[in-house]
Amino acid sequence: MTDVIATNETILVVGGGISGMTAALEASETGKQVVLVEKNPTVGGRVSQLYKYFPKLCFPTCGMEINLKRSRQNNNLTVLTLAEVTAVSGKAGDYSVTVKMTPRFVNSNCTACGECGKAVEAEFSDEHNYEFMGAKRKGAYLPHNMAYPQRYVIDPRIIGTADADKAKAACKFDAVDLEQKEETIELKVGAIVYATGWRPYDANKIQPYGYDRIANVITSVEFERMADPNGPTGGKLVRPSDGKEAKNVAFIQCAGSRDRNHLKHCSRICCMASLKQTTYVQDAFGADANISVYYIDIRAIDRFEDFYKKVQAQDNVTFIKSKVANIVEDKDGNAVCRGVDTEGYTRYENPHDLVVLAIGMEPSVNFNNLGIDVVANEHGFLEPDEANGGIFAAGVASDALDVNRSVQSATAAALRAIQVVNRVGGTEA
Amino acid sequence: MSDLNTAMVEKYRSNFLKEVEANVEEGDWVKMCMQCGVCSGSCPLGNAWEHPPQEIFMMIRAGKRDEVLSSSSMWMCTSCYNCIVRCPRELPITHIMHGLAHYAKRLGLSPKEQPTAKFAQLFWDNLSKDGRVNELKLGLALYFMNGFGEGIKTSLKMKDIGLGMVKTKRMNVMEILGGHSVKDKSGFHAMLKKAAEIEEAKIQK
Ligand SMILES: Cc1cc2nc3c(=O)[nH]c(=O)nc-3n(C[C@H](O)[C@H](O)[C@H](O)COP(=O)(O)OP(=O)(O)OC[C@H]3O[C@@H](n4cnc5c(N)ncnc54)[C@H](O)[C@@H]3O)c2cc1C
Repeated sequence: MTDVIATNETILVVGGGISGMTAALEASETGKQVVLVEKNPTVGGRVSQLYKYFPKLCFPTCGMEINLKRSRQNNNLTVLTLAEVTAVSGKAGDYSVTVKMTPRFVNSNCTACGECGKAVEAEFSDEHNYEFMGAKRKGAYLPHNMAYPQRYVIDPRIIGTADADKAKAACKFDAVDLEQKEETIELKVGAIVYATGWRPYDANKIQPYGYDRIANVITSVEFERMADPNGPTGGKLVRPSDGKEAKNVAFIQCAGSRDRNHLKHCSRICCMASLKQTTYVQDAFGADANISVYYIDIRAIDRFEDFYKKVQAQDNVTFIKSKVANIVEDKDGNAVCRGVDTEGYTRYENPHDLVVLAIGMEPSVNFNNLGIDVVANEHGFLEPDEANGGIFAAGVASDALDVNRSVQSATAAALRAIQVVNRVGGTEA
Repeated sequence: MSDLNTAMVEKYRSNFLKEVEANVEEGDWVKMCMQCGVCSGSCPLGNAWEHPPQEIFMMIRAGKRDEVLSSSSMWMCTSCYNCIVRCPRELPITHIMHGLAHYAKRLGLSPKEQPTAKFAQLFWDNLSKDGRVNELKLGLALYFMNGFGEGIKTSLKMKDIGLGMVKTKRMNVMEILGGHSVKDKSGFHAMLKKAAEIEEAKIQK
């Protein structure tokens, strides 16, 4: 039985992405008791699926490492992975939360040596790689290199099969525990920070772009995985249709954002994400790269303007002011973008090796379905509203934000949560 | 220039967008266009347009009154609704196109030799006479729209279809003598007159 001590002076953080990690660390470092609940086997969230970060083009692992170091030095923080909040009731200073804990079938003896993974034969779609290009992982696996905790996971689908026994037999540390059962725990907490983040907008819904029909039309999150040396192509930029080098790459902005047929809101990060991704193509092919960015207007906000200017200055990057009307496939497998250019109203029909849809972010949690009444805005993000009592949003749960702004919002949410539990503890009026 | 046109130029001076908002069906949507161009790219007849919808909207904002109203572009719209379906801001583009065509026509500015405009006039003249469309006469009027010689040629080309329609009782050759009408023809005409008055009053306002 998992033992978690929580009182109504405890702060619960739901979601262990960059925002949840930040909120949990900030609050616990002030001496508050914090429980962090993450539904995946590892913390880190979506940023662990990015290759590099704009604007500095550093690797997300770096920021994660700092956070992990902070969390190890901290006795006030309890991190629960494979844990999901299923019910919330009560009011500010007095919430009851139900958490469902899914078994990992691996205990803390695990050294991540990888022997169980080698022994197991069954393979499943790899969530970390967005199942892109048929990416697979073993039935006993480490979600990714930076996974925390650094502990293998046994896929529940191999439990009861010979593979499970093979995993157990392969482990020299007695870390595989096939008897683990799903449990439900109840926590009392004083304040809750939702840092549940986002999911990519479903590109299949953008019918004219043919994501479901054209092999060489992919999404921006998939392109991050493609560029990553640990991704399904080993970091090579290729055409999924035939594996040939993808030197002629197009980016389509606002794919499903700023569109009343899809997401009404501007997802805000996609312009910078695509500008960043043009550098992946430059790094791979240099002068041989041929890059097009189709856009309505580029929203590289405040200091990101510099980044935009730099990309604009490249000879082999063309900016086409036009929302692509549709994409078709030609006989060579090229994805052909069709539309009319707003600067001159000329009709174009441009073939590309690869088209990357800069898809938007939508909230991963439906806040109208929490079981407790909270105020969400028309786009589904959790609002900062008095009526939400001791429930606050951090990061993309609050709005479409980049990492920098997510972290700022997480610190703000931590401060608000601290005020609530201080009132419970009588240290604040 | 028609009197109405002179009056409108006088009334709105250089603000063509205002004029469109006030007088064109769904015209108040024009300012919502963000110039993404998805309408133009999605138009199946796009190649045939002088100015695609997105450009028309920009021209309206830029005050290019004569160019817009005398353009053949809006008359090219076939009401396929592809633009409306894809517009990220849900502008009723098809309706605006028809609204613009209608407004240009009322002001007497629509292009004289535009076939869609010509056919629309033939259709209206045919319908408003008896309250029923006389398909035989309308068809012939269409064939002869561009002169006698071409009319004969088209008629011969369509001969078999015509005979087939007669045989299956889809067309009556006797209609050429006048044809059928609504029961209360004078009532029908009174109705049209009233409608025209209402519309006129709206414009004068
Ligand atoms: C293509 C692309 C490229 C990007 N590139 C950059 C970049 O270069 N630089 C940059 O600054 N930003 C970038 N971003 C934005 C960045 O990904 C986000 O700002 C960041 O992921 C926000 O972190 P978060 O913690 O708020 O959300 P997430 O990363 O989504 O984390 C949420 C966490 O909550 C967990 N969770 C969800 N629901 C529950 C639940 N019910 N119970 C428990 N846990 C739950 C999830 O498993 C996840 O771990 C990019 C975005 C995209 C789409």
